[in-house]
Amino acid sequence: MEELNGLRIADRKHIGLAEMLKGGVIMDVTNAEQAKIAEDAGAASVMALERVPSDIRRDGGVARMSPVKKIQEIQKAVTIPVMAKARIGHFVEAQILEALGVDYIDESEVLTPADEHFHIDKFAFRIPFVCGCRDLGEALRRIGEGAAMIRTKGEAGSGNIVEAVRHMRSVMSGVRRLTTLGPEELMTEAKNLGAPYDLVRWISRAGKLPVPNFSAGGIATPADAALMMQLGAEAVFVGSGIFKSSDPAKRAKAIVQATTHFKDPDVLVRVSEDLGDAMVGLEISKMAEKDLLQTRGW
Amino acid sequence: MRIGVLALQGDFARHARALQKCGSRPSAIEVVEIRKPEQLEDIDGLIMPGGESTTLLKLMDAWGFVPALEKFHAGGKPIFGTCAGLILTARDVANPAQFSLGLIDVGVERNAYGRQRESFEAAGTAVLDGRPVPIEMVFIRAPRIRRVGPGVETLARHGDEPVMARQGSVLVATFHPELTDDPTVHEYFCRMVKEAKRA
Repeated sequence: MEELNGLRIADRKHIGLAEMLKGGVIMDVTNAEQAKIAEDAGAASVMALERVPSDIRRDGGVARMSPVKKIQEIQKAVTIPVMAKARIGHFVEAQILEALGVDYIDESEVLTPADEHFHIDKFAFRIPFVCGCRDLGEALRRIGEGAAMIRTKGEAGSGNIVEAVRHMRSVMSGVRRLTTLGPEELMTEAKNLGAPYDLVRWISRAGKLPVPNFSAGGIATPADAALMMQLGAEAVFVGSGIFKSSDPAKRAKAIVQATTHFKDPDVLVRVSEDLGDAMVGLEISKMAEKDLLQTRGW
Repeated sequence: MRIGVLALQGDFARHARALQKCGSRPSAIEVVEIRKPEQLEDIDGLIMPGGESTTLLKLMDAWGFVPALEKFHAGGKPIFGTCAGLILTARDVANPAQFSLGLIDVGVERNAYGRQRESFEAAGTAVLDGRPVPIEMVFIRAPRIRRVGPGVETLARHGDEPVMARQGSVLVATFHPELTDDPTVHEYFCRMVKEAKRA
């Protein structure tokens, strides 16, 4: 990894696995059957969780790590990397996922947080973490804690891309802004962002994050996936958007193609034909603040 | 000299960056991201990056990449496959068995060290152009080369096992030189492309 003024970040092999997933689609799955559909459609990885976000939103209750047996079934069913979600701050769920040999842990706002003050110390683990963010400061706090990949949060289970766009634009413009600042401005910027100074200084020179940045939360169509890629996402997570649509296998394949050929409108036309119905979306501005998942974590 | 990087999925951006560090002049190597088979006609060499081989196979299949790659190889143009790229170019693949191009006579086993928990880094030595040179090796959910055919030269080992090999115009590695700042392996591939172009 590039010189970070001695600041520790995630291991190169863990950031490297995120590099291997670039240009790919990571699909939420709740069982082995869905995992197989995702792999057959060309998913680069699957994310094991108990319920897809739109069901968590509908049914309420505490959302936890996926049952161990489900994760083991998914690991047996596919050869691509298997990720799984742990609750924010729930380091014992993370220990269980590590012992299961999960390939990436998503410390995720989609599940009910276990700790209202602290995220997991990700350096304590032999497997990598991905964490959500809404802006550059949140991204850098997670990278400072050891996250090997960042994903913008969006609003999971909404089927509405607007929050994903807001968060990606916020991170990208935050990075661009740092490159315009003089050295004497960086400490104040670090204070305002609530981010480690050494990371702020590194980004001001490099003009990019030191780990890959993917997009999540609201992708429901091939066009949504291509939009996020054109805005600077390096890969996409799709949750409810696939298995809550009328033809999951076909939609999954189309989103895989759209993520690779995101700059090619002719391909986007071809893959968007005859896809059946997308999941029903929610209008964010009509949702109560307490129903938002993106405000979990800090 | 134009070198393509297959950009369907995987760490193609890191390979592009590594190539840009090669060559004495910044303009010496033009790097092209390849997403359609017809683009292969305009390049002198191709890197097939790390990524997910099952995903790459599906994306290759959808656009008819297989005959185009066979033609590219038959024309003597060099190909460098790392990790998933090795799996795609190998003669045979296990764990599970899957289609491969068979451009180099090796047998590989996918995810042969285990899952991400078992990924690792190691220092090693490659023998390039007859000279031993130190290299950094990053293995990520890496395959293992289980069989090396008679026409294949082993260029680097980890312990007793081959991790980098060459047969004619095809170079493969089970590890990821593109994730390091050491340009040794990419410079070697660039020399292969240059020599093939001259021939």
